[in-house]
Amino acid sequence: MGKKLLLEHIDVPGIQSLNVYRQKGGYETLKKALTSMTPEQILEEVKTSGLRGRGGAGFPTGLKWSFLAKPEGVARYLVCNADESEPGTFKDRYLMEKIPHILIEGMIVSSFALGANTSYIYIRGEYFYVARILENAIAEAYEAGLLGKNIMGSGYDLDLYVQIGAGAYICGEETALLESLEGKRGNPRIKPPFPAIAGLYGCPTVVNNVETIAAVVPIVKDGGAAYAQIGIGKSTGTKLISASGHLNKPGVYEIELGLPVEEFIYSEEYCGGIKNGKQLKAVVAGGSSVPILPAHLILKTAAGEPRLMSYEGLADGGFATGTMLGSGGFIAMDEDSSIVKNLWTFSRFYHHESCGQCSPCREGTGWMEKILHKILHGHGTLADVDLLWDIQSKIEGKTICPLGDAAAWPVASAIRHFRNEFEEYVKQGHSIKDVKHYYRLNHLPEPVN
Amino acid sequence: MEKKYQFSPETMAVVQKMMGRYPEGKQKSALLPVLHLAQAEFDGWLSAEAMDYVAEVLNITPIEVYEVASFYSMYNLKPVGKCLLEVCRTSSCWLMGSEDIVHHIEKKLGIKDGETTADGQFTLKTVECLGSCGTAPMLQCGADFYENLSLEKVDTLLDNLRKDGERRTYIKDQKVNMD
Ligand SMILES: Cc1cc2nc3c(=O)[nH]c(=O)nc-3n(C[C@H](O)[C@H](O)[C@H](O)COP(=O)(O)O)c2cc1C
Ligand code: SF4
Ligand code: FES
Repeated sequence: MGKKLLLEHIDVPGIQSLNVYRQKGGYETLKKALTSMTPEQILEEVKTSGLRGRGGAGFPTGLKWSFLAKPEGVARYLVCNADESEPGTFKDRYLMEKIPHILIEGMIVSSFALGANTSYIYIRGEYFYVARILENAIAEAYEAGLLGKNIMGSGYDLDLYVQIGAGAYICGEETALLESLEGKRGNPRIKPPFPAIAGLYGCPTVVNNVETIAAVVPIVKDGGAAYAQIGIGKSTGTKLISASGHLNKPGVYEIELGLPVEEFIYSEEYCGGIKNGKQLKAVVAGGSSVPILPAHLILKTAAGEPRLMSYEGLADGGFATGTMLGSGGFIAMDEDSSIVKNLWTFSRFYHHESCGQCSPCREGTGWMEKILHKILHGHGTLADVDLLWDIQSKIEGKTICPLGDAAAWPVASAIRHFRNEFEEYVKQGHSIKDVKHYYRLNHLPEPVN
Repeated sequence: MEKKYQFSPETMAVVQKMMGRYPEGKQKSALLPVLHLAQAEFDGWLSAEAMDYVAEVLNITPIEVYEVASFYSMYNLKPVGKCLLEVCRTSSCWLMGSEDIVHHIEKKLGIKDGETTADGQFTLKTVECLGSCGTAPMLQCGADFYENLSLEKVDTLLDNLRKDGERRTYIKDQKVNMD
């Protein structure tokens, strides 16, 4: 069994409630932080832990915190990113629903470390029922003197609020999130300035993912050095993986970073293999935005080493033969799955979610969706495949926010590794008749590298 | 104008409390949550008049409300049925058969994606990933998630929603059985 830091008590009956959470040692870390540590010491522990942002980009959390500007007399904010809209990702929902107090405790400890007296949890609108769970947990915490004025007699004050979104993937991008929290459209801001200098209401702000903030609790509890012992190399600690698609046991798993992908997919402790005894065809390992890999490259690196689930392990080989850990949204596809159709669902998604500020993203995502639709319906030509490649290459790196890259990478990687399959759709043309099952081609070509 | 658009005293109290969450002068921050309350209270959608009323409550210009309401997918700018069935169509759900679910609902209710049944009971809408990929296929109706769907479960669900008859809103848990 791998070590569990966040989900250790997930199966304890009633762990949603403050009482049971406290019986399991909950809020002892907050007490330790408030009564025996300075904000600087907490920051040091987080730095030592090597914790990297769990929202997708993997930026070192301690470093991010150290950038926070601290001008005299200006409010600072901590905003928790609970927008979780990256297709294939559902770990934050699971954590907040099952054990809300670990997030609340993490928010209080982190807010104290950053010197914030008001903090917000921005949660996607579709998670209304989860927002209510958080609000209940927050009410319990206020009641117990863990929020509000003079927390645990320390003299530290904090107000914590849940802010609800209204359906927009782009609001997961941190500056779009801040715009949305200010009651505006979720248009990402041009950076710099970064939120650490001018974020919410123009004040210095840290935005962190739910899982990142929850991880601060075990880090402060046992020390950053102990946390850094877990995992592999620069990928320290544990990571929540959302496993979905054709797996026998989809769900949320807490893994120690460095676990071999093969073990994750096939062992009984984790996903228990591919559904219906089928073969694995491909995996999207870190949410819709990361490059898709064919089975042989997700199980082994190009050098033939077992591929590990860590930031470096999944990235091994660069975009030519590797991918990214991203948000940890792990989507497995069996031998019958159509890469082209799966890609179309992604391209349709990015087109739908583009905020429209940059023309390469606004127009390019629409063109890619259209061309893929054409190919899928047997009206495509070989030139269309090249056109797709061309469009994605003209979006990447040319936009205000990384949604453009996120839309481009899945297209690039699908063509890179499965070009044959695109060509097969083009060649079979009108023979792909069965409307419902046109994604099931009879003879799926072998993936190419 | 008749005062059709007026929050109930209870809702108004919630709105007032919400505005207290933000620093002085930043009450516009309450716009998204207040629009949700307005939609729930005013028949499940946001008419221009409803948005004007929200602008008045928050003391901002109507255009500031329109531009936000039109940006976010959860605000309905047209009337919808009592039960808005939001079926996820993205990768993981598609892999697990969401298309079959959509086709089944379309056939059963005689409507297409985006349409409402003549009796105003159901509206069907395909949506992007709802963070329920491990329990795919799934749909959301109001605040409630219905997961691990099968055609049979959808049948039971639709029957029970119809029997229940209440309008679904995001701000209230109103789950019915589907097993
Ligand atoms: C289009 C887009 C969507 C994103 N969605 C999310 C999200 O849903 N949740 C999240 O935590 N981070 C998301 N991010 C990353 C955030 O911008 C930001 O990097 C993150 O919240 C920082 O927290 P972390 O350092 O703790 O990971 C998204 C980024 C982009 C470009
Ligand atoms: S890249 Fe796309 S989503 Fe991001 S700011 Fe530009 S148009 Fe908006
Ligand atoms: S893909 Fe349907 S809930 Fe995520």
